[in-house]
Amino acid sequence: MSAGRWSAGVIPYAEMGYWRPDYQPKDSDILAAFRITPQPGVPPEEAGAAVAGESSTATWTVVWTDRLTSYENYQAKCYRVEPVPGQEGQFIAYIAYDLDLFEEGSIANLTSSIIGNVFGFKALKALRLEDMRIPVHYVKTFQGPAHGIVMEREYLGKFGRPLLGATVKPKLGLSARNYGRVVYEALRGGLDFTKDDENINSQPFMRWRDRFLYCMEGVNKAQAASGEIKGHYLNVTAGTMEAMYERAEFAKELGSVIVMIDLTIGYTAIQSMANWARSNGVILHLHRAGHSTYTRQKNHGVSFRVIAKWMRLAGVDHIHAGTVVGKLEGDPNSVAGFYDTLRKDRVEADPVKGLYFDQEWASMPGTMPVASGGIHAGQMHQLLHYLDEDVILQFGGGTIGHPMGIAAGAAANRVALEAMIKARNEGRDFLAEGTDILRAAAKNSRELDVALATWGDITFTYESTDTPDVVETPVSS
Amino acid sequence: MTEFSMRNGSPVAPGEPLPPPEVLPPDARVDLARERADSHADEVLDALDAELIGLVPVKTRIREIAALLLIDRVRGRFGIDSGRPNLHMCFTGSPGTGKTTVAVRLAELLHRLGYIRKGHLVSVTRDDLVGQYVGHTAPKTKEVLKRAMGGVLFIDEAYYLYRAENERDYGQEAIEILLQVMENNRDDLVVVLAGYKDRMDSFFSSNPGMSSRIAHHIDFPDYATDELEAIGRLMTAREGYRLSDEAEPVFRSYLERRREQPRFANARSVRNALERARLRHASRLLAAGGEVTRDDLTTLRPEDFLASRVFET
Amino acid sequence: MRITQGTFSFLPDLTDDEISRQIAYALDQGWPCSVEFTDDPHPRNSYWEMWGLPMFDLTDPAGVLLEVNECRKAYPNHYIRLNAYDARYGRQTTALSFIVQRPAAEPGFRLDREEASDRRIRYRTHAYATDRPQGERYS
Repeated sequence: MSAGRWSAGVIPYAEMGYWRPDYQPKDSDILAAFRITPQPGVPPEEAGAAVAGESSTATWTVVWTDRLTSYENYQAKCYRVEPVPGQEGQFIAYIAYDLDLFEEGSIANLTSSIIGNVFGFKALKALRLEDMRIPVHYVKTFQGPAHGIVMEREYLGKFGRPLLGATVKPKLGLSARNYGRVVYEALRGGLDFTKDDENINSQPFMRWRDRFLYCMEGVNKAQAASGEIKGHYLNVTAGTMEAMYERAEFAKELGSVIVMIDLTIGYTAIQSMANWARSNGVILHLHRAGHSTYTRQKNHGVSFRVIAKWMRLAGVDHIHAGTVVGKLEGDPNSVAGFYDTLRKDRVEADPVKGLYFDQEWASMPGTMPVASGGIHAGQMHQLLHYLDEDVILQFGGGTIGHPMGIAAGAAANRVALEAMIKARNEGRDFLAEGTDILRAAAKNSRELDVALATWGDITFTYESTDTPDVVETPVSS
Repeated sequence: MTEFSMRNGSPVAPGEPLPPPEVLPPDARVDLARERADSHADEVLDALDAELIGLVPVKTRIREIAALLLIDRVRGRFGIDSGRPNLHMCFTGSPGTGKTTVAVRLAELLHRLGYIRKGHLVSVTRDDLVGQYVGHTAPKTKEVLKRAMGGVLFIDEAYYLYRAENERDYGQEAIEILLQVMENNRDDLVVVLAGYKDRMDSFFSSNPGMSSRIAHHIDFPDYATDELEAIGRLMTAREGYRLSDEAEPVFRSYLERRREQPRFANARSVRNALERARLRHASRLLAAGGEVTRDDLTTLRPEDFLASRVFET
Repeated sequence: MRITQGTFSFLPDLTDDEISRQIAYALDQGWPCSVEFTDDPHPRNSYWEMWGLPMFDLTDPAGVLLEVNECRKAYPNHYIRLNAYDARYGRQTTALSFIVQRPAAEPGFRLDREEASDRRIRYRTHAYATDRPQGERYS
């Protein structure tokens, strides 16, 4: 470095060592891909360097105290900047962070560093964290999902098909006794799980303890009626950690196989609950409440694929990850990227799925993705095609709104699912023949027949906002 | 306990039957040449011709079986039920007469003609079927049978399953299970028993049940000397060698002598002779030193054979 | 009642032909199949009795179906299930499991409740079948 590097005042970040096009990332570096939209006149390399600087050691001016450290080691290095195809003014900046910058096993620390300050930085119009490569060295400081997909399936004794769930509706206002009725009906009808909604915590119309008692009556009764393990995600989200532990302990004492938390409780609380769930043998479901405030817009925020990665590290067993075909945002390729991130042991970089880096999970158990929001039995072939087998399909309205009742709605979903799995295993082109397969199955199931008549044609076809930049070009063969 | 009246599961009814295949009207015409081409059976038969010298009676029988299955298929398209032909077989002949090779091709052929579902060959001997202690044999035999299902089970030297001198021999148990499966699971596998003709004959006379379940007895004759020569030429060509003009009569004389000696194993003895000739050829070239040509590297000469013990007497 | 464990309990009972097609799928994936039976279908009864060892290295469904039928002959009034196991690194668990035989009458389960303090209830799922000794249930 030249002596000018240490003159008091403001110098460009790129000149402070945060732009290092020659840098070869180490295997142990944490890598990040940021989508940057610089203010007019700011060169992309400088913008990338600024992000590297502001998310690591830099401050707005030169400080002599840097010289008391081995600062080069602690500086994040922007090592590549690429224009985004088809998006004027946007660039992807690749930044490498030394492992030393992060506390072991702390999502809070990881995120405070990487998205702590930098998103409000004035030199950028917008900034989005697209993806991260977590090196195995750091992965191994987390235990990951409290149970994971394999253990959950063995615990529940359910194999070879997606699991089925439903969120109790209406979301708000039911008394505990009425609420438990919905749980019982849906489970005895054929679902594996029912679920509290994210905002069902402990309100005046239904306090948590009352809800837990009635839900477990429904769960146990349905279990005896079917001979199958059943569960209800008891949402233990509360204002304090102490209250959450109290609720979770009570759920465990009642014999619930699963509890639930919301993303809004914060990363540290999520990690604590994962530890609790692991120690107490209770599956941990995470609702991604609030995520769209920062995941949806393509030019600013944090991609959900990063949240998915953090949550697998943090240790949740379930996480809502999109449906492709339902009512909520979800481009098929992006969603495939989220599902890969949650389920696979080794995820290859794939621009079509929006995956910027190879990610090695070093045998960390997978997190079960949950597909929820505006899906119904008539879409079963599409759901199986897009989401595959290790997934929980949640049909809330599609169960409870069935004209013949909740149990009938549940049975319709289960028949549709089993028929589709059977057809797939028989080698049929289930995506193309999906409607025929469902109609044939409906001959043996009036519940499914009615469900298809009620919702058969409902689709939600809106343009997705969060899509990868690269699209697969069909190649004629 | 009463039926749980509020259950909403599906009614239990038998699964939907598969749609029956379309039957051709009685006045329809089927192009046999096309059926034959579609089955790709000829490729297997041609391969059999190309890789096995002689064996005319064997090849004829295999072609007849292929013709029968093809015609049965066409009959089936008219809705004529022919009944499934029994294709359990016995291959008799000396070692090295091509029994295993034919069995491999047979499996492939039966698969192409739709007689068996997979077309693999599982080749076993007594040790794979018969256990060492009480209760060991049945699971062992069943294990093998299950693996062979969808294909062909080839039991080499099948007569070792039966030991006349020991009536409590576990082989008997294996034979009984075999018989049962050959009878009850004819749709699932084809059993080929193989071995020397005389021993196989006495095995059948002690096990008439087995004999009656074998539809085709195919004898693999020993090869004549000129057939062995042809086999040798095929093998050398395949491995990138040739015999020099002077080596040809030496090789023939080698074969004539060898076939009179004990443990002669037809094609297998030819292979072994050529393997040893290759060793001598290589040593000879190295010992000579200097430069070699492509011709040197590919030509087997008389001395490569003459050093054999066969010529000692 | 009809217990609904297994992958296909909400469909009409599979015919042997349909079972063969599921076995064929499993074998195509490289999953060995195994047959298990029980007269105690409690949902927490993880270990049904093994009808022989898992069948490795099979290519055709007939071999598996043969064992299903042998097991049916030996235990005509038991529950029998067919499992396919995926030994692939990262999975190493059951990949498919479905019931291939049920007793003629399924008495199901009684839910026992023990009222505790604070409105708490302790639940116990009790299989009626297990009121009779093993081997004499469902006959």
